[in-house]
Amino acid sequence: MKMVHIIAAGLAALGLTATASALEGDAHTPEKREWIFSGPFGTYADGDHGERYQLQRGLQVYQEVCASCHSLDLISFRNLGQAAGPFWDERFENPNDNTVVMQIAANYQIWDGPNDDGDMFQRPGIPADYFPAPFENEQMARAANAGALPPDLSLIVKARSHGADYIYALLTGYGEAPEGTDLSPGQYYNEYFTGGAIAMAAPISFDGQVEYADGTEATVEQMAEDVTVFLAWASDPHMEARKSMGLMVLLYLFVFAILVYLAYRQVWANVEH
Amino acid sequence: MSGPSTYEPKSGFTRWLDDRLPIIRLGWDSFVDFPTPRNLNYWWTFGGILAVFLMIQIISGIILAMHYVPHESMAFDSVERIRRDVNFGWMIQSMHANGAAFFFVAVYLHMFRGLYYGSYKAPREILWILGVVIYLLMMATAFMGYVLPWGQMSYWGAMVITNLIGALPFVGDAIREWLWGGFSVGQATLNRFFSLHYLLPFVIAGVVGLHIWALHVPGNGNPVGLDVRKGDSGKKDTLPFHPYYTVKDGFAIIVYLMVFATFVFFMPNVLGHADNFIEANPLSTPAHIVPEWYFLPFYAILRAVTFDIGPIDAKLGGVLAMFGAIAILFVLPWLDTSRVRSMRYRPLTRWFFIFFVLACLGLGWCGAKNPDDLVFVMGHDAEGHEVGFKFLWFGQLLTLYYFAYFLVILPIMGIIEKPKERPASIEAAVLGTDKS
Amino acid sequence: MTEHNGAPDGHGQEPSRRDFIYIAAGGAAAVGGGLVAWPFVDQMNPAADTLALGSIRVDVSQVSAGSEITVMWRGAPVFIRHRTEEEIAEARDVDLSALPDEDARNENAGMEGAPAYDANRVLRPEFLIVKGNCTHLGCVPTSQETSQGGEYEAWYCPCHGSHYDKSARIRRGPAPENLPVPDYFFESETVVKLGLSGEEAANSGWAVA
Repeated sequence: MKMVHIIAAGLAALGLTATASALEGDAHTPEKREWIFSGPFGTYADGDHGERYQLQRGLQVYQEVCASCHSLDLISFRNLGQAAGPFWDERFENPNDNTVVMQIAANYQIWDGPNDDGDMFQRPGIPADYFPAPFENEQMARAANAGALPPDLSLIVKARSHGADYIYALLTGYGEAPEGTDLSPGQYYNEYFTGGAIAMAAPISFDGQVEYADGTEATVEQMAEDVTVFLAWASDPHMEARKSMGLMVLLYLFVFAILVYLAYRQVWANVEH
Repeated sequence: MSGPSTYEPKSGFTRWLDDRLPIIRLGWDSFVDFPTPRNLNYWWTFGGILAVFLMIQIISGIILAMHYVPHESMAFDSVERIRRDVNFGWMIQSMHANGAAFFFVAVYLHMFRGLYYGSYKAPREILWILGVVIYLLMMATAFMGYVLPWGQMSYWGAMVITNLIGALPFVGDAIREWLWGGFSVGQATLNRFFSLHYLLPFVIAGVVGLHIWALHVPGNGNPVGLDVRKGDSGKKDTLPFHPYYTVKDGFAIIVYLMVFATFVFFMPNVLGHADNFIEANPLSTPAHIVPEWYFLPFYAILRAVTFDIGPIDAKLGGVLAMFGAIAILFVLPWLDTSRVRSMRYRPLTRWFFIFFVLACLGLGWCGAKNPDDLVFVMGHDAEGHEVGFKFLWFGQLLTLYYFAYFLVILPIMGIIEKPKERPASIEAAVLGTDKS
Repeated sequence: MTEHNGAPDGHGQEPSRRDFIYIAAGGAAAVGGGLVAWPFVDQMNPAADTLALGSIRVDVSQVSAGSEITVMWRGAPVFIRHRTEEEIAEARDVDLSALPDEDARNENAGMEGAPAYDANRVLRPEFLIVKGNCTHLGCVPTSQETSQGGEYEAWYCPCHGSHYDKSARIRRGPAPENLPVPDYFFESETVVKLGLSGEEAANSGWAVA
């Protein structure tokens, strides 16, 4: 079995490259954190009856803090009511009928049209609509943000090395620039951002910035954690189904493997090999 | 194929069919009663695993193609729609993306098996060459497939690799523009890559058919590298493929699927790159453009040539080295001069083989790194920057070894090494002593 | 003495204990194959975004008496007409035997096979809601709003000359069936929901007249 060991060692060495290549430039590697959804059995559920309060709080932080600059283009209001979503309710198998989702949607004005006069108009949202973007196009977004483009957040947790750890570290990682750091006006120092100079000011900057509907104390760390979990859900809404199905598949394959192995031993029992 | 067909149609319908299209007979002769050496070890299960994964990729791919939109304004979003809205789309997409990786793991293990046990040696040269053709088709298919999601890595990986074509003298630019269908990677490129990505797997399936046909003429190789004996004693060397190897391959496939499922369901993105979750932006190049891991060794070889060789400039040199690294596989049967097939009986050459495997893994490591990154630090220079052994040099060393293995070591070792004594026959090997 | 073919063969014998493992493994393979097949089949069913638009809510408060609107639902037109008292009376003053199609074609729960009285085609008499594709070959009929209402001053299909009446029932022409009534109910005084869930369908208020 020598060859196998050597190849296994080589693969392990390759595995090192995955982490090593993530050190980008001068940025510090974010600290590894335990998230509610971490691990093969982790879910987004934190309530006694499977409610997802952290997702709801994170949504609130997104709406009140982030949405003024960051779009969430791939998330529709109905996603909030789908299985394992923030407002999932078993009574409403179709998220379109979920009353909370309908209410959230209706609070938004969505562009529609053209009407019979040829004009575009606004109307209250329905569950099928998507979260409206704060800016109509990239140029407007840049113009409003000193030339920098606030990225869409639908996939942000998957689109960054270290995922949720990075997002949380970034949100809480603002600080005094070290000696000799070059910061242009409109730039802020964040030790986790490549190069250190980020165009976004600390978005969550004081305790109580958001008043949580469920009364949870809104410290900066709490808000950062909640919105990170929400964004992790936005990047991967089917995570819970994926893990539970994965468990069933692996169990099934394990049993199947044993059966086939026994059949193999049976077939080869009386044969020299 | 040893001996005449043993298929006997039992029912009226099967007799009638056999007279007109003996397809059941073909299946029987190839996969049921086919005499297979009785000493095959688990390294021989990767062929079956590869067939299963080709099927997985084709089926999951056809389904994805029902929902994917090959237009630059919609491609990225259509993939996200598959992940979010299509029923089980997240699973099918994950199977397809990870399936490609597991397809390559299996093909590399299958190829290393071939190198170690001399599966490319006479009379299996064509079998080996067909295999290299399949490998090339797989690389083309995977390359084009990776462009389709139209993420940052999709776009920029395509830019870098297609720009290499421009290195060819005289015709390079024309061919590159022809490939692109424009002045850079864009809509025309995306659309044609989609069409070809759908086509090539079926070409692969056809070549796989030829590959199995070419295998069945001499029959399988085996770990001791001896031929199956002619006549009746041959029966003692072999077992019918079914049920002995169907059940063994079946077991191996299930174990492999368990590893696959672990990635699909619990680590679906770990083999990918975070930047590919950002939509392609022609104005913004990612900090590190890296191909998927299965191309990394060739990427390292490409970047190893940093100097001009006579009239050949470094860029062209890199392209030639990269394609040369694959082309050399075609002539391997004639480079290895040893008349002994299996390296079990070539103890010195075996060491060189082990180093070759390590070199391939090392080249993969180099491909993932910046050429200027250091393998290890040796000190500091006048300005206090670290100096040490660069990955570039490591890659160059390993590239040298890669080519030396085929062009120098194998030809020489076949002549100068005295091989160990082989057993008298496969049966003797099985009844006798060593199993290593 | 072991021959090259040492495989057990169950010809003509009951499955022995040795064969049990083959049956078990084969059975597991069959079950697994079936379970794996389902996602690959289900992916062709409508996706979540399509299903999201499988039901829509229409505010009819702006549709004044004697006028109608057309909404797109599930990729096809639906006519919503706010009928006047006269139109309702005209729709009701019809003998069943005068109708080429005596079935109300009402897709709501419990309304299968109901006779084509106007009362069986509306939840509230003043709102007639029907699918807008001619039952002949699918063209969209024109309405009286465009003064192309046909003989009954309601709907007329210009493709092959089908005439529908004030209850959108076929009266003359090649169309075989009345324009179907989709599943809907009044979620409130002014909002119609097209496309009902099972629970909504059970409590929608439709009943055979």
